[in-house]
Amino acid sequence: MTSVATARRRLALSRFWADFRRQRAGVVGLVILLVAVLLALVAPLFIDESVTSVVTGTGPKWAPPSLEYPFGTDESGRSILLMVWWGSRTSLLIGFLAALLSIVIGMVVGITAGHFRGWIGASLMRVTDWFLVLPSLVTAMVLAAILGGSTFTIIMAIGVTTWPTTARLIRAQTLAVEARPYIERSKALGAGHWHITTRHVLPNVAPLLLASTTLEVASAIVTESTLAFLGVSSNKTSWGTMLRGSYDWGAPTQGAWWYILIPGLAILAVVMAFMLAGRALEAVLNPQLRRAS
Amino acid sequence: MTAPLDAVEPAVQAAGSAEEPQARRGTLRYALSKAGGALFSIAMVIVGTFFVFRLLPGDPVRNLAQGRNMTPAQLDLERHRLGLDKPLIDQFFDFVGDTLRLDLGTSYEYKRPVLDLIGERLGPTLLLTGTGLVIAVSLGLWQGTHAGWRHGSRFDRFSTGASLVLWSVPTFWLGLLLMMVLGVGIGPIPGLFPFRGIESIDAPDGFAYVLDVASHMVLPCLTLVAVVYAQYLLVMRSSLLEEVSQDYVTVARAKGLRDDDVRKRHAVPNALLPTVTLVFMRIGFVVGGAVTVETIFTWPGLGQLFYEAVSVPDFTLMQGTFLLITVAVIVMNTLADVVYHMIDPRVRSA
Amino acid sequence: MSLLELDDVSVTYRIAAGEVPAVRGVSLTLDSGAALGVAGESGSGKSTLAMALLRLLPKDARVGGRILLDGDDVLTMKWGRMRAVRWAEASIVFQGAQHGLNPVRKIGDQIAEPLLVHGLAKPDAARKRVTELLEQVGLPAWRARSYPHELSGGQRQRVMIAMALACSPRLIIADEPTTALDVMVQAQVLSLIKELVAEQGISLIMISHDLSVLADVCDQLAVMYAGRVVEHGPSREVFHHAEHPYSKALAAAFPTVGDPVSRMAPKGLGGDPPDPMQLPGGCSFHPRCPVALEECATLDVELWPAGPGRTAACVHARADEEVS
Repeated sequence: MTSVATARRRLALSRFWADFRRQRAGVVGLVILLVAVLLALVAPLFIDESVTSVVTGTGPKWAPPSLEYPFGTDESGRSILLMVWWGSRTSLLIGFLAALLSIVIGMVVGITAGHFRGWIGASLMRVTDWFLVLPSLVTAMVLAAILGGSTFTIIMAIGVTTWPTTARLIRAQTLAVEARPYIERSKALGAGHWHITTRHVLPNVAPLLLASTTLEVASAIVTESTLAFLGVSSNKTSWGTMLRGSYDWGAPTQGAWWYILIPGLAILAVVMAFMLAGRALEAVLNPQLRRAS
Repeated sequence: MTAPLDAVEPAVQAAGSAEEPQARRGTLRYALSKAGGALFSIAMVIVGTFFVFRLLPGDPVRNLAQGRNMTPAQLDLERHRLGLDKPLIDQFFDFVGDTLRLDLGTSYEYKRPVLDLIGERLGPTLLLTGTGLVIAVSLGLWQGTHAGWRHGSRFDRFSTGASLVLWSVPTFWLGLLLMMVLGVGIGPIPGLFPFRGIESIDAPDGFAYVLDVASHMVLPCLTLVAVVYAQYLLVMRSSLLEEVSQDYVTVARAKGLRDDDVRKRHAVPNALLPTVTLVFMRIGFVVGGAVTVETIFTWPGLGQLFYEAVSVPDFTLMQGTFLLITVAVIVMNTLADVVYHMIDPRVRSA
Repeated sequence: MSLLELDDVSVTYRIAAGEVPAVRGVSLTLDSGAALGVAGESGSGKSTLAMALLRLLPKDARVGGRILLDGDDVLTMKWGRMRAVRWAEASIVFQGAQHGLNPVRKIGDQIAEPLLVHGLAKPDAARKRVTELLEQVGLPAWRARSYPHELSGGQRQRVMIAMALACSPRLIIADEPTTALDVMVQAQVLSLIKELVAEQGISLIMISHDLSVLADVCDQLAVMYAGRVVEHGPSREVFHHAEHPYSKALAAAFPTVGDPVSRMAPKGLGGDPPDPMQLPGGCSFHPRCPVALEECATLDVELWPAGPGRTAACVHARADEEVS
């Protein structure tokens, strides 16, 4: 029984991969984000945190891009290239963990609300809707300001304010899965809540969760940079704090376009990569959407 | 974009039937239940705000002291001023009572009542977000309609691609770029628009003043519109795509309607209702954008006030602006929901 | 002169994977006041054919041949003329039970719309006409102010019929008008169509997968398979004594209620309709045909005479004809 299911899922997975490869934009996105993650992971082998230190900035100040400093330098003579590279670690880490937190909360709430349809489900949806209405950026700023800035705080603030969309999506999917006849059969055979949710519902919502996570990482990275720009940051160099620095030091009026352009392009590239990959995933998983786009 | 002029409507318009009052009562009941839900949400926000601001691990006064030299005595004084030395339950009732009386406390930074500060900042925010929203909605819905109607065309591919890029761009970065290119100017190109504040230091009077404010509004508004409208475009496009394959659209064609009329009279009204609702349901996103934009361009609105409160940090001010923003968003949401219910015949009787 | 004449009509969809022939050389004629039934499985091209009559197919469809409506070729008409012909001369009854009616507009407006679009009535007169039309299909006048979702499936289908009659067209194309309706409602709607068409002398093309329904309403029947007409003739003959094995299977798929023969020997047809991009050679039906001969795989079948006023695209039918 189990081996049949495993074989079927493996087949579904290979078919899924074949479908995904046909989504050109999705593959491009996937490649970009794999490269970005790889670069962030290997960064410590080449550079360390000192590239972000104001004291050890050795180059000329406000130097435009040159051979020595391909992306120029900032107000303290630090290399923009190295800072963007090092900063990718914080940006990606927060992006991934915040998205993970958001997805886990959304998944648990969504499946629970979809599975227990009585007052539990109703009140969970009530709470979800309440969170959905809250302006997420403003709420995240409040949370981060009160909890004090640290990487953990920022992750919490983003995760706690962005889960409701996932919860709604997963609940709808759970309802659809549980309406299928084999759930009825499974219940008749004596399957409990745990068995049904983990063995039947979860595998069925998992692909959707994957697509949703990918999109969530994209928006978490944007949120992190926005929070950092608005002064609510983890006090570590990220793309957002760099842009904050460029604003504080008057890069626009200094004409230091590289100081603004490079970190922003880094965000844009990574976010678009996640989004393209996420949309491709969605398109593969949802044939109706595929037709529409 | 407005709903298409309905030429046929008057033809079959008739005096109220026996069913109508009942339908109206249904709408009223729906509106009341939604209003009840909104009141409950607002109550939750007030309670939630209280606990978040007082119970979370970060001690507000300790946070306040960050980077400042404060003696323990000063800290105690500050606690007393904020009423943090009272029992929690008393604090709670004081807070709820004050909030309901619209007494939002006194700002630590400005030494003035929070409500007065909010009152001063409300106008600029409404001006900026209102203008931005009108432009973004009209542009987004128009472009989304045409992209969806001719889907797969060059216009569609361009629109969708551009909005995906805009969707990925952080608002503040776009603002910085616009500030640099159109505000400061690069190289020989001079800046075209002012990028700080709402008016010039030596602001003129009369109509010239209106022009002055308008020119100050160009960059913040442009930034806000660019980010928000992309979403509207995508939503409208996919909403219309769902309609174009419906049978009733083919029927409309078969009736001999022009392509434009099929779109305006049949497809768009169906796609428009859910889209507009979604637009107002997501008003929280616009609020986030407003905070960012007002901060970058030092636009003296609520968003900037909130930003100042967060960066000082001035907890009373933060709490007051947060409450106001959140309540406003909840009210807008509820209104959108009720209006949708009133307009769309499909959900009215459901 | 016949009202409608199809001469070697073909429809090909051009998609990314290549060309999909949906209709392949169909020739049919319809006299004024006559009723023609077109039968076939889903995918046989019957609905595509119906849409082609008023050029309602999507842009990726290419239509060949000639479609003469009152002597005018629909396919070469200017767009302005085409729009004028639509609904005023030929209207369509869709599956109203589903999405044929615009959900956010009142029924009266939707019925009146073609009258106003074609300038056939002023708003006041249009309103009177709507009342009249609703009465004809057995609905009270106040229904004009209802929205589609407030009506039952049968009532919506009646509205579709009223709408099709609005401009007093000479031809009505009914595309699966009774699908998705209850059996009782189906019968009501059918008799309504029959009655109105006979009363007002309108020609009718009715499309369905249900041969018995078509035999009941229409004088002539055309059976389509894989984009071609495989049998054509007077409906009673085709229904009761089908020559083509596919028509036989189709007739047997809907047993006549109360007929012991069909009850005792239920018949279906094995296999699936062919992929239009990979049609089998010879007779396209031969892989599913219970009486296929060896030559069927290579022989080019066409509509051969098969009795008085009848044609069938089957070697067996030809053989019979030659013998008799």
